[in-house]
Amino acid sequence: MNIHTEKPDFEGLSPAEIQEINAEFSHYEDKTAVSIEALKIVQKHRGWVSDECLVAVAGLLDISTAQLEGVATFYNLIYRQPVGKTVIHYCNSVTCWMLGAEQVRERLCRHLNVELGEMSADGEYTILPIVCLGACDHAPVVMVGNELRQDISDDAVNEILRR
Amino acid sequence: MEQMAKPLTKNIRPDRAFATLADYESTGGYEGLRKAITQLQPKDVQQWVKDAGLRGRGGAGFSTGLKWSLVPMDAESFQTRYLVVNADEMEPGTFKDRLLLERDPHQLLEGIIIAAYAIQAHVAYIFLRGEYHLAALRLENALLEAGSKGYLGKNILDSGFNLEIILHTSAGRYICGEETALLNALEGKRANPRAKPPFPLVSGLWGKPTVINNVETLCNVPHILHYGIEWYRSLALGADQGTKLFGASGRVKNPGLWELPMGTPIREIIEEYAGGMRDGYKLRGFLPGGASTDFMLPEHLDVVMDFDAIAKAGSRMGTGTLIILDDLTCPVQMVLNLEEFFAQESCGWCTPCRDGLPWTVTLLKDIIAGQGRMEDLDALSGLTRMLGPGNTFCALAPGAMEPLQSALKYFREDFERYITGNNAVMESV
Repeated sequence: MNIHTEKPDFEGLSPAEIQEINAEFSHYEDKTAVSIEALKIVQKHRGWVSDECLVAVAGLLDISTAQLEGVATFYNLIYRQPVGKTVIHYCNSVTCWMLGAEQVRERLCRHLNVELGEMSADGEYTILPIVCLGACDHAPVVMVGNELRQDISDDAVNEILRR
Repeated sequence: MEQMAKPLTKNIRPDRAFATLADYESTGGYEGLRKAITQLQPKDVQQWVKDAGLRGRGGAGFSTGLKWSLVPMDAESFQTRYLVVNADEMEPGTFKDRLLLERDPHQLLEGIIIAAYAIQAHVAYIFLRGEYHLAALRLENALLEAGSKGYLGKNILDSGFNLEIILHTSAGRYICGEETALLNALEGKRANPRAKPPFPLVSGLWGKPTVINNVETLCNVPHILHYGIEWYRSLALGADQGTKLFGASGRVKNPGLWELPMGTPIREIIEEYAGGMRDGYKLRGFLPGGASTDFMLPEHLDVVMDFDAIAKAGSRMGTGTLIILDDLTCPVQMVLNLEEFFAQESCGWCTPCRDGLPWTVTLLKDIIAGQGRMEDLDALSGLTRMLGPGNTFCALAPGAMEPLQSALKYFREDFERYITGNNAVMESV
């Protein structure tokens, strides 16, 4: 497998990224299956998946760039545009909608002076909607980076953005 | 006694973040596996689970033991078979599997190992939704713990049975919960559903026989093996067997999740466990088991949480987590929120779903904006038929039509008020 690290096609990726992606191969029947893991690994290192990285990952997996782009654009959590250091996903599904998701969105966006999907001027945050986060008994909820935050009030929004 | 009545949540305690392996073992954990793997043949395990009457907790309610027994076992004993755990909980209003994953991960692992033994699968995948970061950490840790004690890996408990469990975290799409779409996602492709037949039981992951079970379903299995069929069949109140996590969200006093016997009346869940409606709100209706189930009304409160009883009342038990509609929330706007979700999450593979759901959203938005016509209600009814069962590749669009068709039936005056301009009451929402 390590033969790949020597091919120039993958120069867009760091040795660490290539190593982590190679480590995933043993978990699946073929390389295609690693597509999503590989995109997530790149994103973990860089925050998003650029065109150059997409081409490099496709080369590493021996699949066409078009096929990988089809996968990358299918999934909600793969970003094909730069995002802020912390992505705040606010749940807009039914229970959170009923209990104030729109107010949460409005407050987050107004506070940062951004539209959904935009990066805040300091590069710290991007606000995106997300489907039900599975915490409906504590609606409304948001996910700050990887962390679930429940029972979101106006004060909680302020506290999240102050950190 | 309490422990025996609530097998699924007995290790989930307010005084600890989650159950470690030691915690899990201290209440009989991995004893079900020990019995299955050292005393029973795989076919016997299938029969136990079938006889216990366990039905899938992901929403469809198919007999779990029957599903296992349909996997080709005898023809080629060396054929690869896979077990896949559907931990892609993303049905709006559903928050049951997250609790089981985060708070008692070993219960799921034991269920997986027993299920894999029953179908003689040597590789199992946990397909976990990407947003469940805490669950992923707890599962990874539990996998290491289980491996170090010989419950996982090679020659499990000296039985000669081998199993590897691989945790796959998804990147977010509701359609991945559809089992054939999930298989495509696991193969690293766009999560479009596959044509059936062939069913995954015969040709699933990489074309091999594959059983796909929900998290909560598998969490029942260790207890059936440990405490027996008779005990399991004594838990429920109605026609179905066992206990289940039931929940309620919305404007109730005490939203939450409770393990209760199957067959528990809906009234008891809403009025006793959820504490009834918040002050100033009245119950207008509810979705019994997630976004893709038909509305039910206060007149249905005495229906019990059993698959067939809910079906008889015109809905589906689905995931068993109730979404409450109060009298100050507009049902038309609620349905718009649901349909926007389904339109966004459609994979776009088949035409009725790809085109029909955005059309549904457009019609609902027009109606709410005061630009609707009475004919639009007929068009919406037409869509509920065109996007209904039999016309689409998978169950996403038919599921999306369930709350719409029942809202048109039960809340028609709310739709009409927007069209006739008499919607003063609802404008405040």
